Amino acid sequence: MERMTFDLASSSLTEMNTFLHKGLEEGDKRHISVLNPDGAHNIAVGLNHPVTVEIHGHAGYYAGGMNKHARVVIHGSAGTGVAENMMSGSVHVKGFASNGAGATAHGGLLVIDGDAGLRCGISLKGGDIVVGGSVGSFSGFMAQAGHMVICGDAGDALGDSLYEAVIYLRGNVKSLGADAQFEDMTDADYATLAELLSKAGMDHDPKSFKRIASARTLYHWNADANQEY
Amino acid sequence: MDIKPVSFKRVSREESASFDRSTIDYIQNAAAHGLYEIRGMGAKRKLPHFDDLLFLAGSLSRYPLEGYREKCVTKTILGTRFAKKPIELDIPITIAGMSFGALSANVKESLGRAATAMGTTTTTGDGGMTPEERNSSKTLVYQCLPSRYGFNPDDVRRADAIEVVIGQGAKPGGGGMLLGQKVNPRVAKMRTLPQGVDQRSACRHPDWTGPDDLAIKIQELRELTDWEKPIYVKVGATRTFNDVKLAVHAGADVVVVDGMQGGTAATQTCYIEHIGIPTLAAVRQAVDALEDLNMKGQVQLIVSGGIRSGADVAKALAMGADAVAIGQGILFALGCNSETYIQDGKHISALEGYDALGTQPGFCHHCHTGKCPVGVTTQDSVLEQRLQPDVGARRVKNYLKTLNMELTTIARACGKQNVHHLEREDLVALTLEAAAMARIPLAGTSWIPGHNGY
Repeated sequence: MERMTFDLASSSLTEMNTFLHKGLEEGDKRHISVLNPDGAHNIAVGLNHPVTVEIHGHAGYYAGGMNKHARVVIHGSAGTGVAENMMSGSVHVKGFASNGAGATAHGGLLVIDGDAGLRCGISLKGGDIVVGGSVGSFSGFMAQAGHMVICGDAGDALGDSLYEAVIYLRGNVKSLGADAQFEDMTDADYATLAELLSKAGMDHDPKSFKRIASARTLYHWNADANQEY
Repeated sequence: MDIKPVSFKRVSREESASFDRSTIDYIQNAAAHGLYEIRGMGAKRKLPHFDDLLFLAGSLSRYPLEGYREKCVTKTILGTRFAKKPIELDIPITIAGMSFGALSANVKESLGRAATAMGTTTTTGDGGMTPEERNSSKTLVYQCLPSRYGFNPDDVRRADAIEVVIGQGAKPGGGGMLLGQKVNPRVAKMRTLPQGVDQRSACRHPDWTGPDDLAIKIQELRELTDWEKPIYVKVGATRTFNDVKLAVHAGADVVVVDGMQGGTAATQTCYIEHIGIPTLAAVRQAVDALEDLNMKGQVQLIVSGGIRSGADVAKALAMGADAVAIGQGILFALGCNSETYIQDGKHISALEGYDALGTQPGFCHHCHTGKCPVGVTTQDSVLEQRLQPDVGARRVKNYLKTLNMELTTIARACGKQNVHHLEREDLVALTLEAAAMARIPLAGTSWIPGHNGY
């Protein structure tokens, strides 16, 4: 497999991103190493080919943002909005992730080995997120579709205003958000969860997780519109 | 003894100014339903507006140009600050962002065709880009909204410019709203929502907070598009002076300022009528901000919110806007609030439809119901057929053409060979309010309230 290296200490981020968009052929599967990321923002955003990008160090905001097809591995921690609006492929953060991890992801798999900050999986639209550690408050806010697996604990207002996304939580939650509720796990849930844990390389018993989903009482905000007194 | 109460004829039918019939009706509705009102369109209250400004044309002290023979340039370029591929418009009049969901696919197609014919842009709205709009609109601005419904990198790459929407003039500080009756299977799929669910989009972006984050978000969009496409930032008019400065700081190529007359497909009335500032005040603040930063001409300004006529466009340009965006005017051009809709050249009465909504042509603001009697703001498979793309495209094109002719006529009268040469000095104000807000002297005087110590 073809390999190449970008050293961000000596070449510019724009040069690298432009190459990743325009310098690759359809279906290119090469392996790209990014050295000295030094927390730069917007590393490997808008990928559109099945390449592997390994970032050796910490990444700033939006690493792997809007990813399609590619596999991005961050050997370090990631700033705000890692893998935001991902469509497919995967992003794996070996360290910790900041706020809004996996925000609005439509597809693909985001794995965070450590903890994630506030609003993890906000407005999730079909992507899957597996967090090895804990997540901050307001995680899963308005999440529409997809799954969030939280192996540690969750902060306040977990799953506030949930639509159809499902959250699996192993630890404790400080509080559930409006319209979020605990539900019984079904066989389908165990199967989905086992598959996600296996893909993420996390060795937990699915039986140790609880399911959180929408009570759907906010779906029709004007449910009382016809009341007359 | 029979004592009759004293009757004063005058006061027995005196309506209260504070509690007039409309207010009483509002209170009684609130009491009956326990819910606020939701409607479409923009502020209905009377506001200081472009109507309160007049042009001083050529005479002895200025030299006019012949009404429609002499050259008058309308070409407009947007996005010259950072984008490798700025947007080139033939006319400084664009079509404002309106969502597929709020509008039908037929309408989106009509807008695209009209804009392409006139050399201007259309803008997607909440809910993503439809093929109808992308295919029909040569130059398409793609909105990045808080909800990110249907937002995807392929459409970012397909777009000609990106507009990061912070707020909207009809509802600054509020997110979108699409009631369940308009969430049909296609809309639901595009937005990843269950069909028929009342959908309220977020009021804040999910992955950034504040202007410093926005700078990084804009950089992401630039990196993603290899610095080719202009990035607009749209704000609802409130603290416009500061907001425009922050948008420029964050790296916008173009700032879009939407005043409180701007429309919406559905929002609480308390938002529409009580939040935000009039377009007239917002334009001046926006231009002040750009001048203060010495960015006039580098960052372009698009103004929207209640632009109706060529005179409005000319006044906005004279005050310092580079272009305008029109939403509601375009809907009216399509036939919104018309008594009839047109099917294969024949006018058919839509009065029954208005009646069912409890309204009449001229008053309708029921976009939120999805039951538009003329097929404009609907997702209903029967109603949407009432607007045929051929008819819609022709009417919108005619409207834009008329505005542009009026604009150039006024510019020529003021002696300008280019509509962008219209200037504040060409304007006077009719009212004290307009003079103060627009900082333009009251007609026949040199008086600007609040200026020079007066």
